[in-house]
Amino acid sequence: MALLEVKDLEVEFPLGRITLQAIRKVSFSLEKGERLGIVGESGAGKSVAAFSILNLLSRPGRISGGEILFEGDDISKFDDRQMRSIRGNRISMIFQDPMMTLNPVLTVATQMIECLKAHRKISKKEAWDISVSKLKEVMIPSPEERMESYPHELSGGMRQRVVIAMALLTDPEIIIADEPTTALDVTIQAEIMVLMLDLCKSNNVGLILITHDLAVVSQVTERIMVMYAGRVVEEGGTKEVITNPKHPYTRGLLKALPQENTAGSRLNQIRGTMPSLNALPKGCAFNPRCDFATKECHQVVPKLEGRDGHNTACIHLEKIPSFKSELGNQ
Amino acid sequence: MGKPHSEVSGAKIMTRIKSFLNSDFVYRFRKDKVAVVSLGIVLVLVLSAVLAPLISPFDPYDLKSIDIMDSEIPPVWDENDGDERFLLGTDPQGRDMLSTILYGMRISLMIGFFAVLLQGILGVTIGLLSGYLGGKIDAFFMRLADIQLSFSTLMVAIITLAIFQAAFGAELYSKLAIFMLILVIGIAEWPQYARTVRASVLAEKHKEYVDAARVIGMSPARIMFRHIFPNTLSPILVISTIQVANAIISEAALSFLGLGMPVNQPSLGSLISSGFEYIFSGSWWITVIPSFFLVLLILSINLLGDWLRDALNPKLYKD
Amino acid sequence: MTGSSDTPLVNILNVEKTFGDGGGFLSTAQPIVKALNNVSLSIEKGDSFCLVGESGCGKSTLARTVIGLNPPSKGEIHYQGTRIDSLSAKERQPFKRKMQMIFQNPYASLNPRMTVAQILEEPLKIHEKGMSKGAIKQKVEEVMVSVGNDPAWGPRYPHEFSGGQRQRISIARALMLDPEFVVADEPISALDVSIQAQVLNVMMDAQEKRNLTYLFITHDLSIVEHFGSKVAVMYLGTVCELADVKDLFDAPRHPYTQALLSAIPKMDGSGVNHIKMSGEVPTAMDLPSGCVFHPRCPYANERCRRDIPTLADNGNTKTACFAVEEGRV
Repeated sequence: MALLEVKDLEVEFPLGRITLQAIRKVSFSLEKGERLGIVGESGAGKSVAAFSILNLLSRPGRISGGEILFEGDDISKFDDRQMRSIRGNRISMIFQDPMMTLNPVLTVATQMIECLKAHRKISKKEAWDISVSKLKEVMIPSPEERMESYPHELSGGMRQRVVIAMALLTDPEIIIADEPTTALDVTIQAEIMVLMLDLCKSNNVGLILITHDLAVVSQVTERIMVMYAGRVVEEGGTKEVITNPKHPYTRGLLKALPQENTAGSRLNQIRGTMPSLNALPKGCAFNPRCDFATKECHQVVPKLEGRDGHNTACIHLEKIPSFKSELGNQ
Repeated sequence: MGKPHSEVSGAKIMTRIKSFLNSDFVYRFRKDKVAVVSLGIVLVLVLSAVLAPLISPFDPYDLKSIDIMDSEIPPVWDENDGDERFLLGTDPQGRDMLSTILYGMRISLMIGFFAVLLQGILGVTIGLLSGYLGGKIDAFFMRLADIQLSFSTLMVAIITLAIFQAAFGAELYSKLAIFMLILVIGIAEWPQYARTVRASVLAEKHKEYVDAARVIGMSPARIMFRHIFPNTLSPILVISTIQVANAIISEAALSFLGLGMPVNQPSLGSLISSGFEYIFSGSWWITVIPSFFLVLLILSINLLGDWLRDALNPKLYKD
Repeated sequence: MTGSSDTPLVNILNVEKTFGDGGGFLSTAQPIVKALNNVSLSIEKGDSFCLVGESGCGKSTLARTVIGLNPPSKGEIHYQGTRIDSLSAKERQPFKRKMQMIFQNPYASLNPRMTVAQILEEPLKIHEKGMSKGAIKQKVEEVMVSVGNDPAWGPRYPHEFSGGQRQRISIARALMLDPEFVVADEPISALDVSIQAQVLNVMMDAQEKRNLTYLFITHDLSIVEHFGSKVAVMYLGTVCELADVKDLFDAPRHPYTQALLSAIPKMDGSGVNHIKMSGEVPTAMDLPSGCVFHPRCPYANERCRRDIPTLADNGNTKTACFAVEEGRV
């Protein structure tokens, strides 16, 4: 049995007259210690999918279908009290903006100790020691001094390290990280990514990494899930998907990267934009932007299927040439 | 050439109205019963005040139509003394209460509206200048606003009006009362607007569209009025509703103190005041009925303003 | 005032910019921030000149100083040989139509209360006072089509469009006056990956068709490699390396450039192997003594802590580094 299993998850946002379906029939699972990347553009539903695991959807969003099994229990049906024993304890969360997690008027020590004492019956002294050891783990220099700092006294990279240390405090089984390095500078970004990768490996923690950056995903995760307009369009082993993408959308994303194009030439672009959730096209949501779209694509919503754990939601897989041959043709 | 053009713009206006009626704004308004009822009451009161010369049974300004023998007649629902000519009774001079209230409301609303217009023009201009130009201009106007806010509107108004009345005599004063009230209430409350506008200008002026306008080479005046001003309209609209209500209250209070509208041209405030001495002799309606209209008017305007504030602030989204 | 052929299009000479002051009449004191320290660059006609660096390195401040949004505290800016930073608003007007800007955030750079047509017509109404209504309309349509927008968008408001579409409207606005020089401040960093490519392509098309010169500000080195012809790497308000893009990517010399290049995430599955730098980026409020990079530099020595290096030729690139000069890197 997988550690976390999400089955046919549906999330909707009732907004007055209209109801937006942010997530449609999304399923995925995470084994212990596994690192999964969820990739997609803004509005694709990747953050909503991750937030719904911990029932952190902003109002009026709600889970309207499916189940979220954590060690076999459906945590989407949990009440607030039950949820608290999971959230921040066995599954923790790292947000894009460290200040979402850190309270600006409390010292690092107060926040870390409070967090520990909320989940464990331990003394203040023990909590202090654990906190310091976690700060050491995330390579914060002179951790004892840093314990007494307020968040605004720390630099952006330091704050994100503190947030990671806080996420690790209760030795969770899963960490959900929502664009953890997007707000940081390139050099700091690389350091934080390495740190997260090392920590997940050494502590055998599962990681769900939500990002728009394919390069970051390719470095850190073992499996990848590409989302488009609320659905999963492709999933599989990270290396396999990056080197041999099958869905036209994933291929388009990869081909659009400057690294994949000759310097100075026009980039390969995906035409058009992602449709808004209240005006999704019929059939495959990608059909207006797809070069391979046929009449059928406007009628059928493709199923996610494939072999060897590499699944794609596209009905024209046979017609599409392999990615390598296509790149070679340019 | 002219005709098809006007037809085109006519059709454009129709589609605009249609899309407005279909908008979320209207949808949310229609779902809020308090807002709908408030708007209904405000519309009825304002319309009847504007149309007072057409719909009121008597002209309270026409001294010939007033008969002192008709004074202090209670409303029609008083079975003993009621007179069917006077729906809401008469006042001590024998004027029909309903007509007097309609005319009085007209004056109250007029003072409220024009005083707020004056406040708005002053406050918006000062707010835009202080916010956009900053520096010494900003420091000067904001300190001035601080000083002005430390006096209450009523205090300023009472002193100014009392001096005016003493200096120029009650007769001239009663002729100019309406302009004086507009002027005094208008000038006394500009800091409310100036501060609100300045705050939103400060937020807007760092947005990139203002930089873009500067890069194109627009003059500061054009940037202020054409680019920044339209983006500060929502807060202006919200405080305007509340300020109209405040101005009407201020006017009523001043009239009640004898510094407002004269008895021969009464506003709601002076009506309430004029009936006050008769309240213990049993003629309660002379004070209570205009008070009821005043409270109804102010309450609905404020409720409407509250709704507007919530509706224009997406952060306060309620499901 | 066309200048001879060897005059650079834009010349930035020893520009410094400080923000904040000690406070004056009725205002409170603000801390002094040195955003730019003695920056000199020259941009030739036809260049795609890229400025790269991390947040707070002064790249956006430099762009805003060049375009005239904030005047330099010291130094000069020349356009085709004419000094423009000291001109009055009126004297500067003819230069404003030659120099335009594209902004980072497409959600903030278009006035939400104006229609697309109004936004695009405005530059013409200011600079082409005699232009007829029909001619303005035609010009708007022509520019809209050239950036891949539907001319029928005119009567609609910015909020009806997606980020990429808005950024193309923003580019169209910058092109309305047929400028020679366009400053682009992180024009694609707020956009999604699939849209970034669209917008970059539109900018490259415009450069080809209109013979534009770009000053392109970005933090993303992979875009520099693809898009740029020259590049200046900035760190804490100083230029630490200046080179042709190809030379810089072939052989980065400055220790900071090397670290920056190694931090680009790669797709080839090689994992993360970046050069580790010690410490964090100091703030521009208290700059380190000597070379601003020394607290994080693995090659720093006593001289780096004491003296400030200046840009000097080192083969194909110009670097401001004692370690490079002395052959320690």
